[in-house]
Amino acid sequence: MGGTVSANHDRANLLEVRGLTKIFGTLTACDHIDLNIAKGEIHALLGENGAGKSTLVKMLFGSLEPNSGEIFWDGKPVKITSPGAAKKLGIGMVFQHFSLFEALTAAENIALSLNDGSPISSIAAKARALSYSYGLPLDPDSLVGDLSVGERQRIEIIRCLLQTPQLIILDEPTSVLTPQEADKLFETLERLRSEGKSILYISHRLEEVKRICDRATVLRHGKVVGHCNPREETAASLARMMVGSEVKAVVRAPAEGIETAPALLEIRSLSRKPATPFAIPLRNINLTVRAGEVIGIAGVAGNGQGEFFESVSGEVLQQDTGSVRIRGKDAGGLSITGRRLMGAAFVPEERLGHGAAPRMKLSENLLLSRHATDGKAFVGSGGTVKNGAVYSAAQRIIKAMDVRKSAPDPEAAALSGGNLQKFIVGRELDRKPSVMIVNQPTWGVDAGAAAHIRQALIELARSGSAVLVISQDLDELFELSDAIAVMHNGELSTPLPIAEATFEKVGLLMGGAEPGHAEHSLEVA
Amino acid sequence: MDITINILLTIATAATPLLIAAIGELVVERSGVLNLGVEGMMIMGAVGGFGAGYLTGSPWIGLLAAIIVGALFSLLFAVMTLSLATNQVATGLSLTLLGLGLSGMIGTSFVGQPGVRLPNLDIPGISSIPVVGKLVFGQDPVFYISIALTAAVMWFLFKTRTGLTLRSIGDSHTSAHALGIKVIRYRYLAVIFGGACAGLAGGHLSLVYTPQWVENMSAGRGWIALALVVFASWRPWRVLAGAYIFGAVWIGQLHAQAFGIPVPSQFLSSLPYLATIVVLVLISRNKRLTMMNTPASLGQPFVPDR
Repeated sequence: MGGTVSANHDRANLLEVRGLTKIFGTLTACDHIDLNIAKGEIHALLGENGAGKSTLVKMLFGSLEPNSGEIFWDGKPVKITSPGAAKKLGIGMVFQHFSLFEALTAAENIALSLNDGSPISSIAAKARALSYSYGLPLDPDSLVGDLSVGERQRIEIIRCLLQTPQLIILDEPTSVLTPQEADKLFETLERLRSEGKSILYISHRLEEVKRICDRATVLRHGKVVGHCNPREETAASLARMMVGSEVKAVVRAPAEGIETAPALLEIRSLSRKPATPFAIPLRNINLTVRAGEVIGIAGVAGNGQGEFFESVSGEVLQQDTGSVRIRGKDAGGLSITGRRLMGAAFVPEERLGHGAAPRMKLSENLLLSRHATDGKAFVGSGGTVKNGAVYSAAQRIIKAMDVRKSAPDPEAAALSGGNLQKFIVGRELDRKPSVMIVNQPTWGVDAGAAAHIRQALIELARSGSAVLVISQDLDELFELSDAIAVMHNGELSTPLPIAEATFEKVGLLMGGAEPGHAEHSLEVA
Repeated sequence: MDITINILLTIATAATPLLIAAIGELVVERSGVLNLGVEGMMIMGAVGGFGAGYLTGSPWIGLLAAIIVGALFSLLFAVMTLSLATNQVATGLSLTLLGLGLSGMIGTSFVGQPGVRLPNLDIPGISSIPVVGKLVFGQDPVFYISIALTAAVMWFLFKTRTGLTLRSIGDSHTSAHALGIKVIRYRYLAVIFGGACAGLAGGHLSLVYTPQWVENMSAGRGWIALALVVFASWRPWRVLAGAYIFGAVWIGQLHAQAFGIPVPSQFLSSLPYLATIVVLVLISRNKRLTMMNTPASLGQPFVPDR
């Protein structure tokens, strides 16, 4: 830890960053960042969410203007004033939140970033040839809106490569890939390195950083806290550098007697037509979650998980009321409140705007979601709100979940993502629901808070509730699930007991290699 | 026979200003900007065109003035919504109100004055061929401009790189910005083009349709043009179809009223709107195509973070 690695001293630096600083209002997102990237190396940029990684990269790509600091390209000082200027220097970027146009074809998307005036057909041919030579096959004529997230990322990568950049920045590239697709990407990156290109690789997945990166720069709270050679570190030591303290490991006691426990949540032949032309239909989903167990649903984003959550939570009602059953009773025709009254609780994926009203206080958000189920506790006779009771319940949740905040009862939008997520999960846990359904429980949450949330979900299950977790994070699902099912193209595989599940098996299912159940009768287009 | 030709000619005259204004607005909306000020820009074009034509005696100078006035007036909208990121709906509505008021004030001295009219095309020997000659070679110049404009916009949007860039900005201005496309510059040009078209449409009203100045003479045509764009799901040839259906039913119901058909005149007057909406809804039933052609960032202000 500390200091650069000698192996790279003989190489010239392609990019040097000195004292780069970016201030948003009172927040210093990047505080005097120093960074050197040598020619022909894969350099990792590590840090938790909010550590300033994205801000730094946006400054390097010209989408944000630094407040101070210098950037040297090939030893010469440069000002990167726009993405166009960055491209001219030879910097290419693969974005985390894709910058693709859904209503256009892959070839048109690629043409837009090239501005060389050559006809679309010749660009399409070039893109096809390049994509096959790198083993990332691509159909240039397909409409982006119809493609999976993994395929969209291929377009981003091919588009970047066609600009023949010297430095390629990849922002969390594997967060939307199956393990097999990620392997393919690593091969591509290693080939690019052997061609003398430099790569800045941003990730919070430590195993892959250890596997492919030559050097790493670690950020915490907007500052560089160290440089290291990831191959000489362990995942635990890297995590300590990122977080600044030890991360408590999640403990999962073995579940016992589950086979005979009552089924609290049953999904029976649940199907749904696509709501919009680019949406995924649900195809004949069957799943049982019993008291005492945690079932995880894995899958690449955009394979129907959101549609599934909406159907189970009651945001969308089912015509067949028996397709969703809670505690042995049909619930398919009931609204969210109706399902909550049966003992279910839901945490949606989007925290602000869906899970919580941003400009309302935490206590008000608590009342909004629980006025029906806890009517007696929170609402007096004549419909007046018992403010005192709501406030003290909010404080109880804040204490139980260790929510860090700046005021006694702040607005939801004033909390950091991780703390708000802890409050929202805590708000549902506080009811001791017998069925708990969570979509992306720790998305964008720092490691400490994530461990806290996961532990709380396991404990809820072990106390006799049924817990269903939908997540894109495989590490998380392996940490907390008793069985993992995989969603692919609107179909759900049969759950694999955790003892039999491996990354490879789950990864194959995520790629759609072998659908769990064979029938594909319901083709709704 | 002559009656039929005359009816067809009046349909074209009624449809032309709608088509021109709608094609302009289509380009604006394809870039992701919603300009509800079409009615205001149109009436400003009408008064500017009439004024310049009246003062110089040349209808061609009038037509040019109409285009320039429409473009300048739209520049006001562009500065407000693009540079100052005001709400596009509110700004567009105020542009319409401002245009209606301002044109009335400017036009007080023009009321009742005889205007100049753009002459119809007349190619000796050809324009006098029965039926075809008059329909194809004997109309007013703006009619030909409107058809050429539609074809040109279609080619521009779907066959050129610049058109592709414009559509991409309408789909996602954040993605376009991330690629280094100059979103604001493209939108400025699109809005000004839309303004010039609305101005030209207004000029057609006061220099061809009824060559005189009457307050509020645009009579809601700007709003119909706006509706045409949406119901045509942002596709140029459907805008053309919509404008001509509207024009045909409009002229048809006028004749029906004149014949004294025992149907309430209010119902007949509402027919063009009804018929246009029904037809355009029917031809845009394909949800997928509609989704693909709807500019996803329509109406959203764009402020790049620096």
